[in-house]
Amino acid sequence: MEVKVNFVSEEKLNGLTMEEKLEFILKEVKKGQILVLERGLTAEEQAKLIEMTMKKVNDKFAGIEMESYMAEKQNFWQKLFGKSRARMTIVGPADKLKTIYKDKEIIKAVIVSER
Amino acid sequence: MGIFDKLSGWLLSIFGKRQVKIGIYGPPNAGKTTLANRIAMDWAGTIVGEVSEIPHETRKIQKKDRIVIKDGKASLTIDLVDTPGIATKIDHHDFLEYGLTEEEAKKRAKEATEGVIEAIKWLDNLDGVILLMDSTKNPFTQVNITILGNLEARELPFIIAANKIDLNGSTPATLKSAFPKHEVVPISALNGINMDLLYEAMLRKFRKKRK
Repeated sequence: MEVKVNFVSEEKLNGLTMEEKLEFILKEVKKGQILVLERGLTAEEQAKLIEMTMKKVNDKFAGIEMESYMAEKQNFWQKLFGKSRARMTIVGPADKLKTIYKDKEIIKAVIVSER
Repeated sequence: MGIFDKLSGWLLSIFGKRQVKIGIYGPPNAGKTTLANRIAMDWAGTIVGEVSEIPHETRKIQKKDRIVIKDGKASLTIDLVDTPGIATKIDHHDFLEYGLTEEEAKKRAKEATEGVIEAIKWLDNLDGVILLMDSTKNPFTQVNITILGNLEARELPFIIAANKIDLNGSTPATLKSAFPKHEVVPISALNGINMDLLYEAMLRKFRKKRK
Protein backbone atom coordinates (compact mmCIF):
# COMPACT_ATOMS: atom_id res chain seq x y z
CA MET A 1 0.00 0.00 0.00
CA GLU A 2 1.23 3.44 -0.92
CA VAL A 3 1.94 6.04 1.73
CA LYS A 4 2.45 9.59 0.60
CA VAL A 5 5.06 11.79 2.18
CA ASN A 6 4.80 15.46 1.25
CA PHE A 7 7.77 17.75 1.71
CA VAL A 8 6.27 21.18 2.31
CA SER A 9 8.44 24.16 1.47
CA GLU A 10 8.82 27.21 3.65
CA GLU A 11 7.25 29.33 0.90
CA LYS A 12 4.09 27.23 0.85
CA LEU A 13 3.22 28.07 4.48
CA ASN A 14 4.84 31.50 4.79
CA GLY A 15 1.88 33.56 3.63
CA LEU A 16 -0.63 31.80 5.88
CA THR A 17 -1.84 32.85 9.30
CA MET A 18 -1.20 30.43 12.15
CA GLU A 19 -4.79 29.15 12.01
CA GLU A 20 -4.65 28.68 8.24
CA LYS A 21 -1.32 26.92 8.45
CA LEU A 22 -2.46 24.51 11.16
CA GLU A 23 -5.77 23.86 9.42
CA PHE A 24 -3.85 23.00 6.24
CA ILE A 25 -1.58 20.62 8.14
CA LEU A 26 -4.44 18.93 9.97
CA LYS A 27 -6.52 18.58 6.82
CA GLU A 28 -3.65 16.88 5.01
CA VAL A 29 -2.86 14.63 7.97
CA LYS A 30 -6.51 13.61 8.29
CA LYS A 31 -6.37 12.55 4.65
CA GLY A 32 -3.55 10.20 5.65
CA GLN A 33 -0.63 12.29 4.41
CA ILE A 34 2.68 12.56 6.19
CA LEU A 35 4.16 16.04 6.01
CA VAL A 36 7.74 17.13 6.37
CA LEU A 37 7.80 20.87 6.99
CA GLU A 38 10.94 22.58 5.79
CA ARG A 39 10.34 25.38 8.28
CA GLY A 40 9.38 23.85 11.59
CA LEU A 41 6.58 24.98 13.87
CA THR A 42 7.05 27.27 16.86
CA ALA A 43 6.27 25.90 20.31
CA GLU A 44 3.00 27.88 20.35
CA GLU A 45 2.05 26.49 16.95
CA GLN A 46 2.78 22.97 18.16
CA ALA A 47 0.55 23.47 21.22
CA LYS A 48 -2.21 24.95 19.08
CA LEU A 49 -1.91 22.04 16.65
CA ILE A 50 -2.33 19.61 19.55
CA GLU A 51 -5.43 21.54 20.70
CA MET A 52 -6.93 21.51 17.21
CA THR A 53 -6.10 17.82 16.84
CA MET A 54 -7.85 16.94 20.09
CA LYS A 55 -11.03 18.56 18.80
CA LYS A 56 -10.94 16.25 15.79
CA VAL A 57 -10.16 12.97 17.55
CA ASN A 58 -12.84 10.33 17.02
CA ASP A 59 -13.16 6.58 16.44
CA LYS A 60 -11.42 6.82 13.08
CA PHE A 61 -8.82 9.49 13.82
CA ALA A 62 -6.73 8.93 16.96
CA GLY A 63 -4.58 12.00 16.55
CA ILE A 64 -1.17 12.88 15.22
CA GLU A 65 2.43 11.90 15.57
CA MET A 66 4.66 14.94 15.47
CA GLU A 67 8.40 15.23 15.85
CA SER A 68 10.76 18.12 15.54
CA TYR A 69 14.20 19.33 16.42
CA MET A 70 14.15 22.56 18.33
CA ALA A 71 16.54 25.31 17.28
CA GLU A 72 19.69 25.02 19.36
CA LYS A 73 20.49 28.70 19.19
CA GLN A 74 18.14 31.62 18.81
CA ASN A 75 19.15 34.54 16.67
CA PHE A 76 18.72 38.17 17.70
CA TRP A 77 15.19 38.51 16.29
CA GLN A 78 13.99 35.23 17.76
CA LYS A 79 15.24 36.30 21.17
CA LEU A 80 13.61 39.70 20.75
CA PHE A 81 10.22 38.25 19.87
CA GLY A 82 10.51 35.19 22.11
CA LYS A 83 9.95 32.75 19.25
CA SER A 84 11.70 29.44 19.35
CA ARG A 85 11.09 27.60 16.10
CA ALA A 86 11.81 24.00 15.30
CA ARG A 87 14.37 23.45 12.53
CA MET A 88 12.10 20.91 10.92
CA THR A 89 8.81 19.27 11.82
CA ILE A 90 7.43 15.97 10.65
CA VAL A 91 3.76 15.33 11.27
CA GLY A 92 1.42 12.55 10.28
CA PRO A 93 -1.54 10.48 11.42
CA ALA A 94 -0.81 8.56 14.63
CA ASP A 95 -1.82 5.25 13.04
CA LYS A 96 0.65 5.66 10.17
CA LEU A 97 3.67 7.45 11.61
CA LYS A 98 5.42 5.98 14.64
CA THR A 99 8.49 7.37 16.30
CA ILE A 100 10.73 4.59 17.49
CA TYR A 101 13.67 6.63 18.75
CA LYS A 102 14.55 10.25 19.22
CA ASP A 103 17.40 12.21 20.72
CA LYS A 104 18.95 15.62 20.11
CA GLU A 105 20.35 14.64 16.72
CA ILE A 106 18.29 11.75 15.40
CA ILE A 107 14.63 10.99 14.86
CA LYS A 108 13.93 7.41 13.86
CA ALA A 109 10.42 6.81 12.64
CA VAL A 110 8.56 4.11 10.78
CA ILE A 111 5.68 4.53 8.41
CA VAL A 112 3.00 1.89 8.85
CA SER A 113 0.83 1.25 5.84
CA GLU A 114 -2.01 -0.45 7.72
CA ARG A 115 -3.17 -0.59 11.33
CA MET B 1 -2.81 48.02 39.32
CA GLY B 2 -4.52 49.55 42.36
CA ILE B 3 -2.84 51.09 45.39
CA PHE B 4 -3.69 48.03 47.51
CA ASP B 5 -2.07 45.68 44.97
CA LYS B 6 1.04 47.86 44.83
CA LEU B 7 1.23 48.01 48.62
CA SER B 8 0.72 44.27 49.06
CA GLY B 9 3.26 43.56 46.31
CA TRP B 10 5.75 45.82 48.06
CA LEU B 11 5.12 44.15 51.42
CA LEU B 12 5.41 40.71 49.84
CA SER B 13 8.67 41.64 48.19
CA ILE B 14 10.01 42.70 51.59
CA PHE B 15 8.75 39.73 53.58
CA GLY B 16 9.30 37.24 50.78
CA LYS B 17 5.80 35.73 50.73
CA ARG B 18 3.72 35.38 47.61
CA GLN B 19 0.69 33.46 46.49
CA VAL B 20 1.28 31.87 43.13
CA LYS B 21 -0.54 29.43 40.85
CA ILE B 22 1.72 26.50 40.09
CA GLY B 23 0.75 23.91 37.49
CA ILE B 24 2.04 20.36 37.24
CA TYR B 25 2.46 19.43 33.57
CA GLY B 26 3.69 16.41 31.69
CA PRO B 27 2.69 13.46 29.56
CA PRO B 28 0.09 10.92 30.78
CA ASN B 29 1.31 8.57 33.53
CA ALA B 30 4.33 10.68 34.48
CA GLY B 31 2.94 10.80 38.03
CA LYS B 32 1.44 14.30 38.08
CA THR B 33 -1.43 13.50 40.44
CA THR B 34 0.87 11.42 42.65
CA LEU B 35 3.12 14.48 42.94
CA ALA B 36 0.16 16.82 43.56
CA ASN B 37 -1.05 14.44 46.29
CA ARG B 38 2.42 14.27 47.82
CA ILE B 39 2.74 18.08 47.97
CA ALA B 40 -0.82 18.51 49.30
CA MET B 41 -0.36 15.76 51.91
CA ASP B 42 3.01 17.12 53.06
CA TRP B 43 1.71 20.66 53.59
CA ALA B 44 -2.07 20.51 53.85
CA GLY B 45 -2.86 16.94 54.93
CA THR B 46 -5.22 16.18 52.04
CA ILE B 47 -5.00 14.74 48.56
CA VAL B 48 -5.83 16.40 45.24
CA GLY B 49 -7.13 13.48 43.18
CA GLU B 50 -7.28 9.76 42.48
CA VAL B 51 -4.41 7.98 40.75
CA SER B 52 -4.57 4.99 38.43
CA GLU B 53 -2.36 2.90 36.16
CA ILE B 54 -4.75 3.56 33.28
CA PRO B 55 -3.51 6.54 31.27
CA HIS B 56 -5.57 9.74 31.36
CA GLU B 57 -7.01 9.13 34.84
CA THR B 58 -6.96 12.91 35.36
CA ARG B 59 -9.20 14.37 32.67
CA LYS B 60 -10.10 17.66 34.31
CA ILE B 61 -8.02 20.29 36.07
CA GLN B 62 -7.81 19.57 39.80
CA LYS B 63 -6.89 22.33 42.23
CA LYS B 64 -5.83 22.63 45.81
CA ASP B 65 -5.63 26.25 46.93
CA ARG B 66 -3.51 27.95 49.55
CA ILE B 67 -0.88 25.33 50.25
CA VAL B 68 1.87 26.93 52.31
CA ILE B 69 5.36 25.55 51.73
CA LYS B 70 7.98 26.55 54.28
CA ASP B 71 11.72 26.33 54.60
CA GLY B 72 13.06 28.07 57.69
CA LYS B 73 11.80 31.65 57.60
CA ALA B 74 10.94 31.51 53.91
CA SER B 75 7.47 30.49 52.83
CA LEU B 76 5.45 30.32 49.66
CA THR B 77 1.70 30.04 49.31
CA ILE B 78 0.67 28.13 46.22
CA ASP B 79 -2.55 27.28 44.46
CA LEU B 80 -1.60 23.87 43.10
CA VAL B 81 -3.03 22.95 39.70
CA ASP B 82 -2.89 19.29 38.68
CA THR B 83 -3.41 19.07 34.93
CA PRO B 84 -4.49 16.25 32.59
CA GLY B 85 -1.62 14.63 30.70
CA ILE B 86 -0.80 16.21 27.36
CA ALA B 87 -0.77 13.89 24.36
CA THR B 88 -0.83 14.23 20.58
CA LYS B 89 -2.95 11.11 20.15
CA ILE B 90 -5.67 9.39 22.16
CA ASP B 91 -6.84 6.03 20.86
CA HIS B 92 -9.73 4.51 22.76
CA HIS B 93 -8.47 1.03 21.79
CA ASP B 94 -5.53 1.55 24.16
CA PHE B 95 -7.92 1.67 27.14
CA LEU B 96 -9.46 -1.69 26.25
CA GLU B 97 -6.19 -3.34 27.31
CA TYR B 98 -6.94 -2.21 30.86
CA GLY B 99 -10.27 -4.02 30.94
CA LEU B 100 -12.53 -1.10 30.09
CA THR B 101 -15.60 -1.78 27.97
CA GLU B 102 -15.80 -0.25 24.49
CA GLU B 103 -18.25 2.35 25.77
CA GLU B 104 -16.12 3.23 28.80
CA ALA B 105 -13.03 3.47 26.63
CA LYS B 106 -14.69 5.84 24.15
CA LYS B 107 -16.01 8.01 26.98
CA ARG B 108 -12.58 8.12 28.57
CA ALA B 109 -10.96 9.04 25.25
CA LYS B 110 -13.45 11.84 24.66
CA GLU B 111 -12.91 13.26 28.14
CA ALA B 112 -9.15 12.91 27.75
CA THR B 113 -9.16 15.01 24.56
CA GLU B 114 -11.06 17.74 26.42
CA GLY B 115 -8.56 17.46 29.25
CA VAL B 116 -5.61 18.04 26.92
CA ILE B 117 -7.25 21.19 25.56
CA GLU B 118 -7.99 22.44 29.07
CA ALA B 119 -4.42 21.77 30.21
CA ILE B 120 -2.95 23.75 27.29
CA LYS B 121 -5.33 26.67 27.88
CA TRP B 122 -4.37 26.77 31.56
CA LEU B 123 -0.78 27.65 30.64
CA ASP B 124 -2.00 31.24 30.32
CA ASN B 125 -3.24 31.34 33.94
CA LEU B 126 -0.14 30.20 35.78
CA ASP B 127 2.78 31.80 37.58
CA GLY B 128 5.03 28.77 37.41
CA VAL B 129 5.18 25.13 36.36
CA ILE B 130 6.64 21.86 37.52
CA LEU B 131 7.30 19.94 34.32
CA LEU B 132 7.17 16.31 35.36
CA MET B 133 8.97 13.72 33.28
CA ASP B 134 9.24 9.97 33.76
CA SER B 135 12.94 9.31 34.34
CA THR B 136 12.58 5.73 33.08
CA LYS B 137 11.61 7.00 29.63
CA ASN B 138 13.24 8.88 26.77
CA PRO B 139 12.98 12.60 27.61
CA PHE B 140 13.07 13.78 23.98
CA THR B 141 9.39 13.25 23.34
CA GLN B 142 7.43 15.82 21.38
CA VAL B 143 5.12 16.43 24.34
CA ASN B 144 8.06 17.31 26.62
CA ILE B 145 9.59 19.51 23.92
CA THR B 146 6.32 21.28 23.15
CA ILE B 147 5.56 21.99 26.81
CA LEU B 148 9.11 23.17 27.45
CA GLY B 149 9.06 25.41 24.39
CA ASN B 150 5.79 26.98 25.52
CA LEU B 151 7.11 27.62 29.03
CA GLU B 152 10.18 29.30 27.54
CA ALA B 153 8.09 31.36 25.11
CA ARG B 154 5.83 32.54 27.96
CA GLU B 155 8.86 33.13 30.20
CA LEU B 156 7.17 31.11 32.93
CA PRO B 157 9.52 30.01 35.69
CA PHE B 158 9.69 26.22 35.80
CA ILE B 159 11.44 23.26 37.32
CA ILE B 160 11.86 19.92 35.59
CA ALA B 161 11.20 17.08 38.02
CA ALA B 162 12.59 13.71 36.96
CA ASN B 163 10.08 11.36 38.58
CA LYS B 164 10.14 7.63 39.37
CA ILE B 165 13.80 7.49 40.44
CA ASP B 166 12.82 4.60 42.71
CA LEU B 167 12.25 2.37 39.67
CA ASN B 168 14.78 0.17 37.90
CA GLY B 169 15.79 1.73 34.63
CA SER B 170 15.49 5.26 35.92
CA THR B 171 18.17 7.53 34.49
CA PRO B 172 17.72 11.07 35.84
CA ALA B 173 21.23 11.89 34.55
CA THR B 174 19.90 11.45 30.98
CA LEU B 175 17.26 14.07 31.71
CA LYS B 176 19.84 16.43 33.14
CA SER B 177 22.03 16.10 30.08
CA ALA B 178 19.00 16.45 27.78
CA PHE B 179 18.07 19.83 29.28
CA PRO B 180 21.35 21.31 30.49
CA LYS B 181 20.01 24.88 30.59
CA HIS B 182 17.28 23.99 33.08
CA GLU B 183 17.06 22.91 36.68
CA VAL B 184 16.28 19.20 36.96
CA VAL B 185 15.35 17.71 40.35
CA PRO B 186 15.31 13.90 40.55
CA ILE B 187 12.40 12.71 42.74
CA SER B 188 10.10 9.87 43.56
CA ALA B 189 6.70 11.41 44.21
CA LEU B 190 5.37 8.00 45.24
CA ASN B 191 8.01 7.35 47.90
CA GLY B 192 8.75 10.96 48.80
CA ILE B 193 12.41 10.77 47.77
CA ASN B 194 14.13 14.18 47.37
CA MET B 195 10.93 16.11 48.01
CA ASP B 196 12.99 18.44 50.24
CA LEU B 197 15.09 19.30 47.17
CA LEU B 198 11.97 19.99 45.14
CA TYR B 199 10.48 22.24 47.84
CA GLU B 200 13.76 24.12 48.11
CA ALA B 201 13.78 24.61 44.34
CA MET B 202 10.14 25.74 44.35
CA LEU B 203 10.80 28.33 47.04
CA ARG B 204 13.82 29.59 45.17
CA LYS B 205 12.22 29.64 41.73
CA PHE B 206 8.62 30.63 42.36
CA ARG B 207 9.11 33.32 45.01
CA LYS B 208 10.95 35.49 42.52
CA LYS B 209 8.89 38.22 40.96
CA ARG B 210 8.26 37.59 37.27
CA LYS B 211 9.75 40.09 34.85
